[in-house]
Amino acid sequence: MTSTIKPRDASELRQAVEWALNDGTTLDVRGQGSKIGLGKPMNCDQVLDLSGISGIVDYAPEELVVTLRAGTPMRDVEALLAQRNQMLAFEPPDLGPLLGREAGQGTLVGAVMGNLAGPRRLSAGAARDHLLGFSGVNGRGESFKSGGKVMKNVTGYDLSKLLAGSWGTLAVLDQVSVKVLPAPDQTRTLLLLGLDEAAAVRAMCAALGSPHEVSGAAHLPGKTALRLEGVAPSVEARLKALRELLADSGAKMAELGTLESRVFWREVRDVAPLKAAPEAVIWKISCPPTEGPAIVARLKVQRPGVEAFYDWSGGLIWLALPPSADADHAIVRGALGAKGGHATLMRAPQAVRAAVPVFQPQPAALAALASRVKESFDPKRLFNPGRMG
Amino acid sequence: MQMPPLDPAILARRGDIVAALRAIVPGEGVIDDLEGMRPYECDALSAYRQMPLVVVLPETVAQVSAILRYCQDNKVKVVPRGAGTSLSGGSMPVGDAILLGLGKFNRVLEIDYANRCARVQPGVTNLGVTKAVEHEGFYYAPDPSSQIACSIGGNVAENSGGVHCLKYGLTTNNLLGIELVLMTGEVVRLGGKHLDSEGYDLLGVMTGSEGLLGVVTEVTVRLLRKPATARAVLLGFPTEAAAADCVAAVIASGIIPAGMEMMDKDAVKCAEAYVGAGYPLDAEGLLIVELDGPPVEVDYLVERVAEIAKGRGATTVRVSNDEQERVLFWAGRKAAFPAVGQITPDYMCLDGSVPRGRLVEVLAEMREMSKQHRLRVVNVFHAGDGNLHPLILFDANDPDELRRAEEFGADILRLCVRVGGVLTGEHGVGIEKRDLMGVQFTEIDLDQQMRLKCAFDPDHLLNPGKVFPQLRRCAELGRVVVHHNKLPFPDIPRF
Repeated sequence: MTSTIKPRDASELRQAVEWALNDGTTLDVRGQGSKIGLGKPMNCDQVLDLSGISGIVDYAPEELVVTLRAGTPMRDVEALLAQRNQMLAFEPPDLGPLLGREAGQGTLVGAVMGNLAGPRRLSAGAARDHLLGFSGVNGRGESFKSGGKVMKNVTGYDLSKLLAGSWGTLAVLDQVSVKVLPAPDQTRTLLLLGLDEAAAVRAMCAALGSPHEVSGAAHLPGKTALRLEGVAPSVEARLKALRELLADSGAKMAELGTLESRVFWREVRDVAPLKAAPEAVIWKISCPPTEGPAIVARLKVQRPGVEAFYDWSGGLIWLALPPSADADHAIVRGALGAKGGHATLMRAPQAVRAAVPVFQPQPAALAALASRVKESFDPKRLFNPGRMG
Repeated sequence: MQMPPLDPAILARRGDIVAALRAIVPGEGVIDDLEGMRPYECDALSAYRQMPLVVVLPETVAQVSAILRYCQDNKVKVVPRGAGTSLSGGSMPVGDAILLGLGKFNRVLEIDYANRCARVQPGVTNLGVTKAVEHEGFYYAPDPSSQIACSIGGNVAENSGGVHCLKYGLTTNNLLGIELVLMTGEVVRLGGKHLDSEGYDLLGVMTGSEGLLGVVTEVTVRLLRKPATARAVLLGFPTEAAAADCVAAVIASGIIPAGMEMMDKDAVKCAEAYVGAGYPLDAEGLLIVELDGPPVEVDYLVERVAEIAKGRGATTVRVSNDEQERVLFWAGRKAAFPAVGQITPDYMCLDGSVPRGRLVEVLAEMREMSKQHRLRVVNVFHAGDGNLHPLILFDANDPDELRRAEEFGADILRLCVRVGGVLTGEHGVGIEKRDLMGVQFTEIDLDQQMRLKCAFDPDHLLNPGKVFPQLRRCAELGRVVVHHNKLPFPDIPRF
């Protein structure tokens, strides 16, 4: 049984890391552990539990910034922002249910470490675009900081970008400052019914190439959804304009009001539209939007049973495949084609994740560079060793 | 400004280095005569000048790769340069370094409207991207004021901003991919037409790395559809505090304007005399607020902004009625720097960022400092995102004034950091703010950044003398000190 160390503040965290360094102990770094099923399985000597370093440090709505400690639960942050009619614009998904866990778990910093983003990735960016600064401890047991609390900052390297999406492998954070934005007054959705995948992606790309400020574009089997957010008169006008723009798609149209829209897009965000069996393997593909349908078509030739839906105008594909010993990783990655993109294995049994690359393998020069970057933060490879394999 | 001492061994090998470069880049791509190199002796931080060792202007990625590999093998330093518009000395030459100009990489390679992106070479100008796509109603969002001249490669290096960052982000939020040549000569691609990285976000790290990590040879930018309409509101206030208050109130009300700029009374006076934009001369603080989107939304938001401003005591509220008037409102703001240049022999433009809530206090303290240093300061800035551009007026021919201006500037940047802000919001550290990095960062913070630099450039050959006040050797930085036989800290909860 792995033991757990649970520091209560930044200073104890630094001591804990220094101790691990001196002892040569590898650390499984966790907030609430809600995403431990993501990434390569690890075999660490000790769990470093950050849930004791928790709480809001500073929230000034008119500054559009919230500063909080690393173990702060996501739901606390979301509740706090909602009181002031603000939100995390990158729409972090709750992957708990997808991973066979309870909903509503996890920390904001956990979402940042996975660089997660929901449907609004298209217009608002991912976690990487909202992390303004942080403080934490590197693998030398040193406390350091980067970035700040201000919107515009080019002082020194932008380590926030690097830490976002590093899955806890570079440094252990104790505090972050994150950009927040006003929540929209209204959310409505235009549904195009009955389009095939290629026609759906064409319609979504046309909508995003219009001036109508679409903030979500997803295609589920038989149903293509376009989200409009903002003040009432604007949403109304854009909805009308979008209907006219897409009239020649030939699709039957329907609308969702604000409440229905919120439910619908939350489901898309949390990957609920995949009705896959609990044992199915789940992949996430990021690709150029127009390539989405061709990738899925190539995949279907070899795996006719694949279930797919699209977000990000076709640029994000969620896939469910029947269980297999290698998660069909070569077939999935082979289907990507030459236009670029990457596939991440988001759900599979531990033994399968141990056997295949969970993250897209990189060309040799890039992989070597990434390894040197890891070493520059964590030379003894204490933090989440091997997780990003 | 102290630069690293020149390496006499490199200077002695200049002939060999020039010959090696000529073998890589034939014809006129290697410039080694003084007259030919003169245009490269400085960038837009023109107070500092230095002739490079030699200038090389490659045309292909293979040439860039061969040059960097040669430099790595022979331990020759390299300063990359785009259009040379850096305000922080980011592309200022170094006497024992090759100046690697990317001006010949000036082609738009591909425009992909369906995927809303364009693939361009780094020497294409910022405005050139927009020009290439505007006939289809698209544009590239970041708009630094040098956009007519500055290059996209330079924008990547500096993570350039502009007046629309509040709503549309900086360069880093508008990039999809780059092609990058490492010091080893290896060519790697980061990103592409898809979103997010499969591994570490090295694209994010490269953006704003000031030419210290690698040389960018291709850029994939996000294109946005032009908003249906845009209107500007001109708001005059009897005090700077009221203007700053209005900025906070607009944002607190849930409105994110496309741009929200502030000018103080002196800036207004200069700009008005220069372009006649119709600014109210009685205002102590002037705001220009731009709102964009569908006409019905813009009309609605214009009303709300006007109401908020009146509630904060605005004495002037004017809304642009057509595109011509909107452009006129902006003309004064855009000409503010040259306009200020009319009333002073020289000025120094600073770039600190502060939390919006501290604006009033920072402006007031700056006035006090102005008295102390006996130099005038004029303020024109991106109020919406707290990015200040104080202009210190001085005469460079008076050595004492120059010294006082530099001290005043440093004091202002220290003030920015003290109130929770940063040294630079969009211009970069370069050589200009290099020696102030210790005000914002601890030695450990800077060592961590230097270690990242070592992962890309272990011999510190790329853009030496920039960003870091003191370079430490990578071998020294790489040592890990382990204190064995220490007892685990007993008071931390464990179970």
